[in-house]
Amino acid sequence: MPKVSMTVNGKPVSGEVEGRTLLVQFLRETLGLTGTHVGCDTSQCGACTVHVGGKSVKSCTTFALDCDGAEVATIEGMANADGSLGTIQQAFQDHHGLQCGFCTPGMVMSAAALLKENPKPTEAEVRHYLEGNICRCTGYHNIVKAILAASGQDISAIAAE
Amino acid sequence: MPKDGHIGPATKRREDLRFLTGKGRYTDDINIRGQAYAQFLRSNVAHGRIRGVDTAAAESMPGVIRIFTGKDFEGIGGLPCGWQVTDKHGQPMLEPGHPVLAQGKVRHVGDPIAVVVAETESQARDAVEAIEVDIEELSAVVDMKAAVKEGAPLVHDDIGSNLCYDWGFVEENKAAVDEAFAKADHVTTLELVNQRLTANPMEPRVAVGDYDNTTDQHTLYTTSQNPHVIRLLMGAFVLGIPEHKLRVVAPDVGGGFGSKIFHYAEEAFVTFAAKAINRPVKWTSSRSEAFLSDAQGRDHVTKIQLALDKQGHFQALRTETYANMGAYLSTFAPSVPTWLHGTLMAGNYKTPLIYVNVKAVFTNTVPVDAYRGAGRPEATYQLERVIDKAAREMGIDPIELRRKNFVTEFPYATPVAVEYDTGDYEATMAKLEEIADLKGFEARAAESKKNGKLRGLGVNCYIEACGIAPSHLVGQLGARAGLYESATVRVNATGSLTVMTGSHSHGQGHETAFPQVVADMIGIDPSMIEIVHGDTANTPMGMGTYGSRSLAVGGSAIVRATNKIIDKAKKIAAHLLEASEADIELKDGKFSVSGTDKSVDWAGVTLAAYVPHNYPLESLEPGLEETAFYDPSNFTYPSGAYACEVEVDPDTGKVTICSFAAADDFGNIVNPMIVDGQVHGGIGQGIGQALLENTVYDENGQLLSASYMDYAMPRASDVPFYTVDHSCQTPCTHNPLGVKGCGEAGAIGSPPAVVNAVVDALRRGGHDVTHIDMPLSPARVWEAMQK
Repeated sequence: MPKVSMTVNGKPVSGEVEGRTLLVQFLRETLGLTGTHVGCDTSQCGACTVHVGGKSVKSCTTFALDCDGAEVATIEGMANADGSLGTIQQAFQDHHGLQCGFCTPGMVMSAAALLKENPKPTEAEVRHYLEGNICRCTGYHNIVKAILAASGQDISAIAAE
Repeated sequence: MPKDGHIGPATKRREDLRFLTGKGRYTDDINIRGQAYAQFLRSNVAHGRIRGVDTAAAESMPGVIRIFTGKDFEGIGGLPCGWQVTDKHGQPMLEPGHPVLAQGKVRHVGDPIAVVVAETESQARDAVEAIEVDIEELSAVVDMKAAVKEGAPLVHDDIGSNLCYDWGFVEENKAAVDEAFAKADHVTTLELVNQRLTANPMEPRVAVGDYDNTTDQHTLYTTSQNPHVIRLLMGAFVLGIPEHKLRVVAPDVGGGFGSKIFHYAEEAFVTFAAKAINRPVKWTSSRSEAFLSDAQGRDHVTKIQLALDKQGHFQALRTETYANMGAYLSTFAPSVPTWLHGTLMAGNYKTPLIYVNVKAVFTNTVPVDAYRGAGRPEATYQLERVIDKAAREMGIDPIELRRKNFVTEFPYATPVAVEYDTGDYEATMAKLEEIADLKGFEARAAESKKNGKLRGLGVNCYIEACGIAPSHLVGQLGARAGLYESATVRVNATGSLTVMTGSHSHGQGHETAFPQVVADMIGIDPSMIEIVHGDTANTPMGMGTYGSRSLAVGGSAIVRATNKIIDKAKKIAAHLLEASEADIELKDGKFSVSGTDKSVDWAGVTLAAYVPHNYPLESLEPGLEETAFYDPSNFTYPSGAYACEVEVDPDTGKVTICSFAAADDFGNIVNPMIVDGQVHGGIGQGIGQALLENTVYDENGQLLSASYMDYAMPRASDVPFYTVDHSCQTPCTHNPLGVKGCGEAGAIGSPPAVVNAVVDALRRGGHDVTHIDMPLSPARVWEAMQK
């Protein structure tokens, strides 16, 4: 089987994969990074969202071999160096932006990509950017609120906690 | 409730730390050394006779360990149904078998025929494709009304009919109801469809079976809302494994919404197969498979009639509903259109006479069972839609018509067998008018009109029966289970607590909310309390989480066990303080003798319990651990009033939700942040039902909506920020916390608000539209405008 090497959350890793092995399988099964989830098989739900080369991608439709030499970031790499929650993660906890937690890693990774591209998004821009991330628990209210809060914008006008 | 205690604050969730850092432990994250992988071969026709299954080629494929077919399950129990409904003639429902793997016939697309167990998932999948199945395709029956016609193809030949039951409720009232209709000044009739939905928790189902042949111990890891229920059903009825040899673990579970209550074939399969091949066996559902195998929800076709007098007082209500069971009876399916639906038809109103008829029908489709709200959304939707229609027909303001008929005195015994303990429907309506700024609607409508949009306002009320359920009552109604909940509170020597609950959290935040309750009772910090749930090996027999029951029933069991702890701790404290037990007070984690300055702190007492040197051993056992079971004496009855404002684009029919407001009465609140989140999520799902979601079969029983490309899940841009309020609180009178449950309210209360709003918008735009069936897609709304 071919060998693939990449950097995941700053650490060099490698492993043998089949040609059909998906990035998410490599992360979950070879590396044991089970924070990245699979919620569908049509690239719709976004639970598998990770960053490759700084861009958010769906790891369920990316071949592991295509990421040879790439810089990959997953939810496991989003906390601060001291282990405390990063800004976006903290905002999700502060604003109850998660319930069952299954879509959450993908939401956090998408939010991070959004805020990198657009540091002060409007509510509409946040909602539009999350088109590829489905949550069944929250009705999106607190996810959108958490992302706006993480961007440093005043969210006091948003109704309810 | 004390304002300065731990009950009431919006405590942040402790479980979030692991979910936000990728350290959650979901079932698919569990891998056992040596595990093999199962992949199911599922029927691609809706109805057919299996002539043969040829596995020869597949068996020689790389990595294949063993292939199982229906033959391997001959003589093994089928999946049991947990509720027996009795029909209007006093006869039990028809109850066909539900084999683990198909026996002789397949009855829906997705019905499992064979399973490959292989070294890797890919090898198993490859081998599934090499199995040759010879099926004689039979005519499928999909439409419920066609299914009960003479000569329709039979889903189950052995029971002789597709009519599972014909239920009348309350049958003795039927004549009086019909008489009231004959005399009524006005009768409003509405025919509607409550479409089939797919629950779609974001985590697909997973099951891992493990077996230890030295101890004959089976372990099943599964995505379940109720591991003890699975242990009981699978152990006792399917595989014949006694409880002490079967452990069921439901670790972190990624949402359920009802679909993970039920016992599924895949759970029984991996448990069976792990012993058969003496290796762990894992199955992970794909999303496509989830659409074909997770029990679906709703799917009612209803005619509802409301009789009123000239002033608009409700005189009588009658309904006729066809409820789809799908191809087999899922675990609690028969209860959903009957006892969870008919009993709610009084709503918030004092309608004196009600008759509900439900015909449950087998079709060649995926089984249907409880989905968030389960029967109560169906009841609320039809009732609140027919009231809106009646208001328009009679020229009465829809809110006024509701107010005129509100139940105002409690307790209130409805004509449909339940007794509401508390409520204040006027208060939630008044609160709604405030938070939704209903006075400002006309100005907003005028503004929309300027922008070329039709604005509409929809308002409705809801009531639900949750905190499921009094065992003696549901037993009379056909439940084959008790619906109590359990808790063990273990106080450790240095004063920390481990609370083991039979409830199961799959997003509800039990690990945060339950410690708030216990901490408040003892007066210690919640961080001293750990919650254990989801594992039959270390929690008392419990019934799990559904029907908005965790706090009302499970929380009450925790309160009861904690009270036992406090009672015993007071005895220990009395001994240590050389005082009478009656004089001991517990406040802020300290036991003191009333009227003195003598005291001992919590940890002093707990240590004495485990190091009983100075201890009344002659009258009191050492240790501090108590178990309690709580069986509710009634359902709880959350209620509320919801308002939705929409804009309809007259050129395209596209509906935009401008605002959504919910005023709920959940009784007392333990953690308002979690409650808000539950309501938000329910509203999101309700808007999904109203505008987007639909599970569609073609006439041959092919599921056309079997992926997220075809099944329209609500996305962030489909919904607005919601305004939610739960300051109207009439505490439940019969549980110790005074709580009612909040998990399903949003999903129950929101669909009629959206549809009422769209109909209102179209009528304001001059269109003579009285009803559109959900989902209100642009095509359906546009079509309605063309008439």
